[in-house]
Amino acid sequence: MDAILLQIINGLDKGSAYALIALGLTLIFGTLGVVNFAHGALFMIGAFCSVTLQKILTISTISIDETQKDFLGRPLEVKTPIIENWFGPDIGGAIINWSVPLAIVFAIPVMLVIGYVMERGLIKHFYKRPHADQILVTFGLAIVLQEVIKYFYGANPIPTPAPDAFRGSFDFGALLGLDTALAYPYWRLVYFAFSAVIIAAVFAFLQFTTFGMVVRAGMADRETVGLLGIDIDRRFTIMFGIAAAVAGLAGVMYAPINSPNYHMGMDFLVLSFVVVVVGGMGSLPGAVLAGFMLGILQSFASMNEIKAILPGIDQIIIYVVAIIILLTRPRGLMGRKGVMEE
Amino acid sequence: MSFSKLTRRGLIKTSAVAGAGLALPTYLRADAHAGYTNAPTGDTVTLGFNVPQTGSYAEEGLDELRAQELAVQHLNGEGDGGMLNTFSSKALKGNGILGKKVTFVTGDTQTKSDAARASAQSMIQKDGAIMINGGSSSGVAVAVQGLCQDSGIIFMAGLTHSNDTTGKDRKRNGFRHFFNAYMSAAALAPVLKNAYGSERRAYHLTADYTWGWTQQESIAAATEAVGWETVNNVLTPLQATDFSAYLAPIQNSGADVLVLNEYGGDMVNSLTQAVQFGLLDKEVNGKKFEIVVPLYSELMAAGAGPNVQGVIGSMNWNWQLQDEGSKAFTKSFGEKYGRPPSNSAHTCYVQTLLYADACERAGTFNPCGVVEALEGFEFDGMGNGPVLYRADDHQCFKDVLVMKGTENPSNEYDTLEIVEVTPRAQVEYDPDHPMFAGGDLGECNPGA
Repeated sequence: MDAILLQIINGLDKGSAYALIALGLTLIFGTLGVVNFAHGALFMIGAFCSVTLQKILTISTISIDETQKDFLGRPLEVKTPIIENWFGPDIGGAIINWSVPLAIVFAIPVMLVIGYVMERGLIKHFYKRPHADQILVTFGLAIVLQEVIKYFYGANPIPTPAPDAFRGSFDFGALLGLDTALAYPYWRLVYFAFSAVIIAAVFAFLQFTTFGMVVRAGMADRETVGLLGIDIDRRFTIMFGIAAAVAGLAGVMYAPINSPNYHMGMDFLVLSFVVVVVGGMGSLPGAVLAGFMLGILQSFASMNEIKAILPGIDQIIIYVVAIIILLTRPRGLMGRKGVMEE
Repeated sequence: MSFSKLTRRGLIKTSAVAGAGLALPTYLRADAHAGYTNAPTGDTVTLGFNVPQTGSYAEEGLDELRAQELAVQHLNGEGDGGMLNTFSSKALKGNGILGKKVTFVTGDTQTKSDAARASAQSMIQKDGAIMINGGSSSGVAVAVQGLCQDSGIIFMAGLTHSNDTTGKDRKRNGFRHFFNAYMSAAALAPVLKNAYGSERRAYHLTADYTWGWTQQESIAAATEAVGWETVNNVLTPLQATDFSAYLAPIQNSGADVLVLNEYGGDMVNSLTQAVQFGLLDKEVNGKKFEIVVPLYSELMAAGAGPNVQGVIGSMNWNWQLQDEGSKAFTKSFGEKYGRPPSNSAHTCYVQTLLYADACERAGTFNPCGVVEALEGFEFDGMGNGPVLYRADDHQCFKDVLVMKGTENPSNEYDTLEIVEVTPRAQVEYDPDHPMFAGGDLGECNPGA
């Protein structure tokens, strides 16, 4: 029982990441009709926003300490972050310690601009081209983006720790009065809560604002909305920026879970596409539902008891489920009629 | 049949034409003069450095390449000479190899066996490389070693830690200076027993490929020999980004030690997440929970950041060693590149010098001569104390380092500290040890 409970909790945070990426993918597909293979790269760039802010905050002055030696026996160069010089070691240290949450503020404008430039600079030229062309160009863009990141940051993972306040783990076992330990890292709980807030915010934005209403109308019937004199293309471009920001924020907060490296986006991309297809192309609630469902299923498949019966099932469970769902519900869990069917 | 029309002059002419005809194909293959592949004909000799330049091990590959470039400089008499000054063999004079200036070409293994074979093949066939050196994966090493054996080229392996490289997949043309999984386990087990006691229950997470399997088999056997119990061994997929599903069940497994038979990004991710799950803060069976990383690397330790603090593992070599050879290499490397060398850089540097030295001592580039010179070769002055290149399996035997994540790092390179230098005698084993069984060096292949 406790093992099952633990894997459900486990699946929730993994599902959160899938859901956030898939949400952005679906927003882009639903509005612009583009299959964006560079979306994983946007997640990766988000994670590197955390790394970049950490590096900016730790820009240091160098002083020579004659009492200490470096690896060649020379006097050691001691680095002191400038921010500690400005605000003192306590406040400066706390700002550096909270660099990942602070990176949310840093990442939103950066990701909006990257999304806007990507859409206006490249992707808009492929709207009327076949999906195969869109896939090729966005996949190529993803490779270019990851090579650019590798050039500046190297290939090694870069440790980006969570604030000290969120280090350690929370014991669900004690909370539920169980005898066994059910420890779960605080930061993963934060990630799950953060994802829930972002998902709710996106749905609220689409549901309760005039802008969102127009976008939803455009997703349902772009031509008619255009005929009403509304510049739907401009709104869709903004939606691309918002989708990029959602992927970026998913990456920002994921940095302490997995030290960011340049190919982390590709690791999530394929699974996120499966999530979109299972949820139903163009369906935002479907993407979120499928994200959490597949995250939890993947966690269950990794249980030793399950792997003992079906070795290797943890590697293929998502694809097996995708096949079953597409055979029984060809439009996915919550897919709309007519999307990707012409 | 009559020979009446065959004159003496005609016989000579016919013989000359026939002889030239038969010799022509041989003449057109310059290497065949010497009877081996890619025999150097001009005043240079080309070495092939096959390292991961892209992919997740690119940083290790870059460090290997730095060391290989440094080795070539030292061989050609440039720079401060590095380990040439401390190497016990004095055959190398800083005038290249056998008087030929050393040049090099590079290939990208991408840490994929097929890509590594293709790049090695290209360096051998197109660039005329006479030796291949480098790599950061056992899968790659085994694949390229097989190719070099078939091509008549010497393979001086880089970072490869699987028992199989000099075990069931050993080849006469292939040599490994790096230590292996068995040696790691033999060095670690007594230290682990002293540090954590003999009544421990270990849970293994193991990378699902040749290196992970042999690493797990070795460390499980060695720790069980000192009294530990292996609770479970779970195979994890390569390049898994999230280990939470594999880490969560450990909490209630009754284990009080987690052994991470993972390397590269997988090691960084699994260790980071294990610490996040609070495993190091737990107390199980009345003992503090511990994590062991059997194979460490400075670059991976840097990737894991503060999570490595206090975690025990092993290494082939470390720049903090204070023998003359290690100091000379760290100085050369540090002054040229502004950072201390990694243990993968060290092994590639040493392998390049060892190959050059073997050519000098053999007086030829012929792979069979080089094999003969390296087999049973004993040397010193290149870190790790006296070293033997065992003839039976082409494995180097030397001291092994047991490391621990530095508790209070003083600078960015201060990630690991040396706990113990395990003497060579403690990590030696018979060539026909069951973990290395089934291999056959075969015959030396000069190619051509």
